[in-house]
Parts: sequence; structure tokens; C-alpha cells
Amino acid sequence: MRYKRPLKDKLASKFMLILTILSSLIVFLMAFGLYQRSRSILATKSLTELLFSTSWHPLKGEFGFFPFIMGTIWVTGVAVVIAIPLCLLTAIYLSEYAHRRIREWTKPLIDLLAGIPSVVYGVWGVLVIVPLIKNHIAPFFGRISTGYSVLAGGVVLAIMIFPIIIHVSVGVFSSVPYEVREASLALGATKWQTVKHVVMRKAMPGVIAAIVLGLSRAFGETMAVLMVAGNVAKVPSSVLDPAYPLPALIANNYGEMLSVPLYDSALLLASLVLLMVVLFFNIISRVVLTRVEKRVQ
Amino acid sequence: MELRTHISVQNLNVFYGNEQALKNITLDIPDKNITVIIGPSGCGKTTLLKSFNRLIDSIDGVKVSGKVLVDGENIFDPKVEVTRIRKKMGLLSQKPYPLPMSIYDNIAYGPRIHGIKDKKRLDEIVEHYLKESGLWNEIKDRLHSPASRLSVGQQQRLCLARGLAVEPEIILGDEPTSALDPKSSQRIEHRFLVLKKQYTIVIVTHILRQAKRLANYVVFLYLGELIEHGPAEDVFNNPKEEMTKEYIKGIIS
Amino acid sequence: MDRRKIEENIFKSLMLASTFIILSSLVIILITVIVNGLPAMNLAMITQTPKGGYYLGKEGGILNAIIGSLYLAGGATFLAILISLPVVLYLNVYAKKGSRLVIFTRFSFDVLWGVPSIVYGAFGFTIMLFLGVRASLLGGIIAVSLLILPIMSRAMDEVIRMIPEELLDASYALGATRFETALKVVTRQAMPGILTAVLIAFGRGIGDAASVIFTAGFSDYIPYSLLRPAATLPLAIFFQLGTPFPEVQNRAYASAFILTVIILIISIVSRILTRRFTKHIVK
Repeated sequence: MRYKRPLKDKLASKFMLILTILSSLIVFLMAFGLYQRSRSILATKSLTELLFSTSWHPLKGEFGFFPFIMGTIWVTGVAVVIAIPLCLLTAIYLSEYAHRRIREWTKPLIDLLAGIPSVVYGVWGVLVIVPLIKNHIAPFFGRISTGYSVLAGGVVLAIMIFPIIIHVSVGVFSSVPYEVREASLALGATKWQTVKHVVMRKAMPGVIAAIVLGLSRAFGETMAVLMVAGNVAKVPSSVLDPAYPLPALIANNYGEMLSVPLYDSALLLASLVLLMVVLFFNIISRVVLTRVEKRVQ
Repeated sequence: MELRTHISVQNLNVFYGNEQALKNITLDIPDKNITVIIGPSGCGKTTLLKSFNRLIDSIDGVKVSGKVLVDGENIFDPKVEVTRIRKKMGLLSQKPYPLPMSIYDNIAYGPRIHGIKDKKRLDEIVEHYLKESGLWNEIKDRLHSPASRLSVGQQQRLCLARGLAVEPEIILGDEPTSALDPKSSQRIEHRFLVLKKQYTIVIVTHILRQAKRLANYVVFLYLGELIEHGPAEDVFNNPKEEMTKEYIKGIIS
Repeated sequence: MDRRKIEENIFKSLMLASTFIILSSLVIILITVIVNGLPAMNLAMITQTPKGGYYLGKEGGILNAIIGSLYLAGGATFLAILISLPVVLYLNVYAKKGSRLVIFTRFSFDVLWGVPSIVYGAFGFTIMLFLGVRASLLGGIIAVSLLILPIMSRAMDEVIRMIPEELLDASYALGATRFETALKVVTRQAMPGILTAVLIAFGRGIGDAASVIFTAGFSDYIPYSLLRPAATLPLAIFFQLGTPFPEVQNRAYASAFILTVIILIISIVSRILTRRFTKHIVK
């Protein structure tokens, strides 16, 4: 009886330690598992060839990812260009100008935006953004478009990454010590001058990290883009062209992939590429943000 | 000694939410002298100081009533442009907070935001005020390195120079030596004694000996109330109020 | 008026406009879902499975997807709790503060949090190939539990970290072991926060489509075993919206409506829980 409790404590400790180590290794397991499955396609062609070839003919055994990579870059690019000014201005408003009550009201709404499932964004894109582009935006520029386009994907993605960019930026702005603002205000600077010259400068690394987090979010986002981007395997040449981003490619072909040789391997390689790119962005921005956090303490 | 009033505080009350930080303060701060605000921590010293340049404005839930007249103008009048008031005053905070830019840009920041663009003018200003704050000789070779690389003592003098560069009439110091080593503190104190010929200086401190070294005029606050104020010799040598006596003897702190 | 003032005002109005655009995008999305989803709602919709072949029949409802989603998200949440809770307790009670393992685990959860759900789906798929399992409720549960693990763990970690050291010391001083302290003191103290974390993770799990598209499959029927494919609300939306039949599309709108309502309820409940929790922490 006397030894039972310490023994239980020890056993529990070992068990928990193992779980902790295992779960912190999931990223590596993922990369390893996907790599294992990608090896058969990598045995036929080099990675650079696969990444830069534009020929996508699974039945002929040709798996060129270039159009999909470009599709992802276009859609992500549009999303980031829309999101950066809106998010930064909102984050500055919330952290520097807004009353506490407004802040308290806005935060749950932005959190809610983050909680909406991506298929629901997709539905909204199909019902609102796609017709808007087809009937108004494309004709305005003298173009014909089905509406399913880079622009539609970009707009939907932009809204999806609003919450993360705003949330992280607000955190970064509030990590700038109040006294630095005071120093600038005390010299007779206006609030906006203080924000522009002092707060922004001090917050710059963190803000960039926030944007990179948003960007990598957009990069890997699947369902909403799949529903509105048009999915044509060609490198887009304008925002009104359709695009076929990499995640959409993976999700869209789950049915066929087991019936065509190497197809599943190609798609899992695509997932691996996606994972690596996203990991790269995430690790960099997390390192920057950890530094920012340390500065606060 | 004939004292001309520079800042006149009239029935000033400051509330943070439901808490009253300053209770009906009325006092005159003399021109071209060093006024030292003393009192135990949490007594409202900093609040009083920051109401002079309205930095308390940006605190959530703050309410102010009463008047603060600077050169005869009520700075809490809604028509007053707050940046113009602040330009009249330089602030030294407890810890030096250099702006995230080079030494040169720290000094030039104020003049620039107030519209000076001429490079030669700015060079002159930077040199002049770095000399004024006694920093020039130590750093003239590295004006363009980040201000954050300076030692804390140097940073505080940089902040002094930065504040002087907007050509204020008043210098406000919120325990400006509390983060500094004795040598650096001495340098700052020496600066104040030189600068009081041209500027009105108001310093908050809880170091009684520093107050005695610097003050021409003393203000004693306790729990948000003004207990006593007057010329330094009078307050230190024969205080009128019992509370002041006890504080000066170190019975309450 | 001086130029600085004008600049200040211009940017202030831009900020207000941005905030307005961002908040109104939320409102527009919610309105779109309600306007299309509410008319599609009726009793049959939530009490019947689709009739007439591979989700293309015009009759019937989305009961298969509702039940499938609840099973799947419920199972994944349960599995994730089984892993998250011990890990988080280990990080906060057993491990040395600031040790490399603690820092590394937190960091790796942060990074995992950013991994796209389609990658979880693909990884889940490789696990299934490895185990020889076909697209099924079980496959979906595995993929989704991995997906929500970092979300749940980090959310729990945030609240458990807030527990004052003194409380743990008080428990040790009474002679409790760390295990007893973790189970009886820490979890009890952090319960509202833990529940919030669970809810958030559940919400994320029930709304995700990309991770289940390979792993859970789709079916018109309610799964009666872990090894059966299961329909989910997000995929019901995706597949049925893509058909040319208005009746089938209606089922997509109804699914979107139900999913959004679930997310709204979760968001409100977790807010109430958080508020209650912070009330305790302040005093």
C-alpha cells in the first residue's frame, strides 16, 4: 500500500513522457510516411523535372506539377495582396485606436470567422463571388469569365486568412512597450506618426511573421479553393483565368488515384511538397514570434 | 527669490475608473527652476506629471476635471491641439526608451515630425543637443548605429537630447535616474542643474537625497492629495505639515 | 488644418473601413448560408437519409451526414483527448519548466497547427495503406484526431500554464504525488478551459473536409461499424453542391446551414466557458 502511490506516479510519468515525445515527432512521421509513398514516382523522374514540367497526363505517366504550383502561387498571391492592407489597418485600429469595449466585441467575431469551415467559405464563394466576377467584374474589363478563377480563389482565401493575420499582428503590436509610444507622443508626434515611425518599425519582424503565417495558411487551404478556382491544369496568365492549385489537385483525384499507376505516389509527393513548403514558412515565422514573445517577458 | 508661474494646476482631479488618483490639486510650478515632486510610491506623482503633457489621455477609462494652465492656456480645453502642448515639453521616463532607430534618427525624429527636412539643419540640431546632454564626445563616431547599443546611462542622456531637440520650454522627468548606476545618475543630475537656466524642470522622485540636491521648489503628495508645497528650503527645513515632517524624517515612506 | 492632422484622419478612416469590410464579410457569409439554407430545412431533411442512389436522388435528407459527422468528430475528439491531456499534464506538471523537451513539444504543436488539413488527409491515407484499412469511419477518425491534436493541446496548454505554481505546491505539501496533483488539482482547476479546448477542437474536426476526403469516404447510409465509410457534413456540402440538380443542391445548403449553426453554438458556449473561467482566475 505504501509503495503503490509512488509506483503509480512513476508509471504515469513514463507513459506521459512517451506520449509527449511521440506527439512531438508527428511532423517527422508525416514527412517520413509521405516520403515513403513518394519514392516510387521519384524513382522514375527527378524532383526538379516533376516540379518544373508542365505536362500533366497521368494516363501516359506524365506528372508535371508546374501548372499546379503556379496555380497555388497565383491564388495565394492574390489573397495576400488583398489581405495585407486590410488586416494591418484593422490590427492597428484594434490595438492602437479602438476602445477596449470595441476590441472586446470585435475579437469573438474575428475568432468566429476563423471557425467557419472552409467548405462553407466555398459555398459562399460559389453563390456570391463567382457570379459577381462572371456578371460584373469580368465584363467591366471586357473579358469573358465563368467566374471560377484565380480572383475568386484569392478573395475567398483572403477572408479565410484575415483572422490569423489580425490575431497575430494585434499580439505583436501589443508586445511593443507602451513607453516607446509615450516617448514618441511626448515629442509631439501624432498618434499616426507614432504608429508609422515607431510601432510599425518595432513590430516589423512580428508583422512579417504574421503575414507569412497567413500566406502558408492560404498556400495549403484546399476545399474552398477547390470549389471556386475553376481547376484547369494550365498556368494562369491573369487573375480572371481559372487555376488549379496543388491542394485542390490532391483532393480532387482521390477517386482515380488508386486505379492509375503511380498516380497515388504522385499525389502523395504533391502532399509532401506542400508539407515542406508550409513547414518552412511556419518554422521561420514561429521562431520570429517566439523571439517577440520573449521580448515581452 | 521672485518666482514666475509657468504651469498652474487648478482643482485637478484624475480618476482611473472609480479610483481617484489625484484629489483636487491646486499648485503653481515656477518658471526656470527645478520643481521636485516627492511622495511614497502610488501617491499620484507620475499621474500628476503625465497630466502636464496629457499622456494620461490614452489610458483606458481615465477621467479628468479641473485645469492645467501652461503659459496661461488650459491644456485640457478640447480645442487645444495636444501635439502642440507636448512639443513644449520633453519627457524622461523611468527607464530610457530609445526609439527603434539610429542615434542620429532618435534626435532627428522630433524635428522631422515637426517638419524640418533640411539635412544640414538636422545635422546641426543633432550635434547641438548631443553636446547639450553631454553625450557628443562619447558617440560622435557612431551616430548611425542603433540607439539600443548604447549603455543605459547613455540611452537616458540620448532621451534627454531627443526631448531637447523639439525645443521645449519644460522638461518632465519621471524618476529619470531610477534605472541608472550612480555615476550615470550623477551625470543626469548635473545636466539638470545646467539646464535649469533655460528650462522649467519638473522631476518626480522618491529619493529624498536627490530631491534635496536638485530642488528649488518641492511638492509633496500623499495618496493623491497635495499635502504641502513651497520653496525647497522651507519644505525641507521647517515643514508645516506633520505628514511632511514624518516623510522627510523617513517615518513614512 | 495641418497636414499631419489630415494624414491622421485619412488613415483613421481607412482603418475603420478595413475593420468594417472584415466584419461585414463575416455577416455576408452568415447571411448567405441562412438565406439559402433555411428554406431547405424541413423535418425530412434531418430525419432521413438520401434516397435513390449515390447521393444523387432527389428525395430524402442528410441524416447520414449529420450522424456521420457527429460520430467522426466525436470519435476524433475522444481520441485526441486521450493523447492531449496526458501530454499537456506532462508538460506542465512533470517536465522541468523551460526544458528542451517542453520547448520543442510546444514548438512542434505550433508548427503542426499550421500544416494544411489536406496533408493530414494524405498522411492518414498512408497510415491506412500501411494498416490495410479502406476508407472508413476509423480512417477518418485517425486523420481528424491528428488534425485537431495540436489545436486541442495548445488550447489546453494555455489554460493549464496559467495555474499558479503555489496551487501545485499546496497539493505537494499535503503529500500528494505529482500524478494525484495533476489529476485532482490541475484538471479540476482548469476544467472550464479544458472543456473550451475540447469544444474548439470538436468544431474544427466537424468542419474539416480535406482531411476526410481520402480517409472517411462517403456513403448514403449511417455507418454501423468503424470499418464502414461514413458521410460527413462538409463533404455532403461539397459533393451535393457540385451536382446539377436543385433538389440535391438544397441538401448541400441545408448541410451548410446545420454545420454553421453547430459552429455558432460551439463558439458561443466556449465564450461563456472562457468568461466563467477568467472570472475565477482574476480573484
